[in-house]
Amino acid sequence: MVTPHDAGLAVLELKGIGKDFGAIRALHGVDLRVSPGEVVGLMGDNGAGKSTLVKIIAGNFPPSHGEIRFDGKPVHFARPIDARAVGIEVVYQDLALADNLTAAANVFLGRELKRKLGPFAFLDHKAMAARALELFGELRSETRPHDLVKQMSGGQRQAVAIARTRLSNAKLVMMDEPTAAISVRQVEQVLSLIHRLKEQGVAVMLISHRMPDVFAVCDRVVVMRRGEKRADKAIGDTSPEEVTSLITGAREAA
Amino acid sequence: MATPLESPITFTNVGKTKWWQSGFFASQTGYVLLALVALFVVMNFASPYFLTEGNMQNVAKNFSFIAIATLGVTFVIITGGIDLSVGSVMCFSAMITSMVMTQISTPGMPGAEWFVHLADDGKTVIANMPGLILLVSILAGLGVALIVGLVNGFCIAVLGLSPFVTTLGMLSIVRGLGYVVSNGRGSFPSGPEADYLYALTSGVVFGMPAPFIYLVVLAVAMAIVLHHTGFGRHVFAVGGNEKAAALTGIPVVRVKIEIYVICALAAGLQGIIISGWLGSAPANMATSYELNVIAAAVIGGANLAGGAGGPLGAIVGCVLLEVIRNGLVLAQINSYWQQTLVGVIIIAAVLVDRLRSRMA
Repeated sequence: MVTPHDAGLAVLELKGIGKDFGAIRALHGVDLRVSPGEVVGLMGDNGAGKSTLVKIIAGNFPPSHGEIRFDGKPVHFARPIDARAVGIEVVYQDLALADNLTAAANVFLGRELKRKLGPFAFLDHKAMAARALELFGELRSETRPHDLVKQMSGGQRQAVAIARTRLSNAKLVMMDEPTAAISVRQVEQVLSLIHRLKEQGVAVMLISHRMPDVFAVCDRVVVMRRGEKRADKAIGDTSPEEVTSLITGAREAA
Repeated sequence: MATPLESPITFTNVGKTKWWQSGFFASQTGYVLLALVALFVVMNFASPYFLTEGNMQNVAKNFSFIAIATLGVTFVIITGGIDLSVGSVMCFSAMITSMVMTQISTPGMPGAEWFVHLADDGKTVIANMPGLILLVSILAGLGVALIVGLVNGFCIAVLGLSPFVTTLGMLSIVRGLGYVVSNGRGSFPSGPEADYLYALTSGVVFGMPAPFIYLVVLAVAMAIVLHHTGFGRHVFAVGGNEKAAALTGIPVVRVKIEIYVICALAAGLQGIIISGWLGSAPANMATSYELNVIAAAVIGGANLAGGAGGPLGAIVGCVLLEVIRNGLVLAQINSYWQQTLVGVIIIAAVLVDRLRSRMA
């Protein structure tokens, strides 16, 4: 639920976001506010504009129209690294893990901790393992930093990918279909990971096709259809049936 | 709402991997090393000459002749690439080194006046500054290797060509250039500092062949780079999941170019060492060595699909190949069996690893 004290302060604010690919209008006039500690479900059929919206927020490409404000300031991302620098992290659908490396190595991939030894910088294995264990503890995931990702369950793999987003104290984590390819028990684990993020004041955008997951963890659900936002409702004010009809277009807007 | 798991972190559900199921003991390198030890024992009984100091020195020298290049190729294989041009680069670097050495040591040749002068007797050639000729010639040889590596890396990482095709083309290009620059005759080092080159490449230090010492130093350096630096971590990440590496901000293109350069430099150095030992760099030198080098890397546990490999495996693979060759000779078996046996071992090594990962 959106608590009253943070309702006024948005971490992410989109105003009139649109995106044209040549003559094709992929997104049109999307307004969206996400508050700290809020979990927003982003739903829509294939081609509804979900992933275009996510890619714009993640800095994969700029919007054609509109304004993005992050933490109250207007931002322009040229590359994904720019979005990461202000505190936006993405958990990709395929998790972007290197199977041949350990959990700790994956958490710190591209951001390795190093120790200087004269002119050389060596990996600080101890510090990385310790921090990774700390993060897994925060996420309540039974994951050992030194185990290879290859040998891990789907839930553990999710934990590794999510732990990565906690390295930089991200303020917004976008998760692309995190529960699409894992077992029922592991889905529970992932949903509880989302709860952990929420408890720590992190805003989460959950892109999902799975209605039960969205209704289990989200405070709000946003429905996209044909490049436009068709609904933006608190989870208590709507129902899976209504959301389904909005996704399919049986109802135009709510 | 789903009930969040409130338990603090424990490992009740997650078993700990046993020590023999992970790391070195579970790796192909471990198995092959075991096989190698067994082979040493068998050979010791089969031939009293096998474990003598002379024969061991011989074995150490011979495998060192491909092992340095194997270290380089292992880097490439870890990223999921392949480099077929190493044999040609060995030859070309060696050839350039001896040609440059000859050129700058011959009074009257353009540029030679900076390096040598004639003694008062009008015949003896004397170096202006001892060691300079050697240094410049070796740098020239490594320089052409560097260029080949850069071109390979550029074509593969920037233009996106397949590593197999690119380096197959480079195999032919570089071999052809070797024939062109030497007019098919090859070359041999000459001048006042040729003896330094021979000493550096076929000398014996503390009872060990010099190339073996270079190999050990480079292998230790490689182990440190692979496992204790950011670059090494990125090499494994690119081989494990290139897309993930790119998404997490690893400079994939740069890493790839760097590993092809490292590989070419290792091949170049290897070629210079071989030519020093041979006393010449014939135009057909190291032909098809790329196959031995890649075979040794793969036997030692480098995975052609990327993501696995290391210097110990590279060396173990080279030693195994050499011990088999040496053993066949000592056991007075027709040495033509060698190639067939090597092929069987390549498949067997990969098969054992395959069976193990199925069972796990």
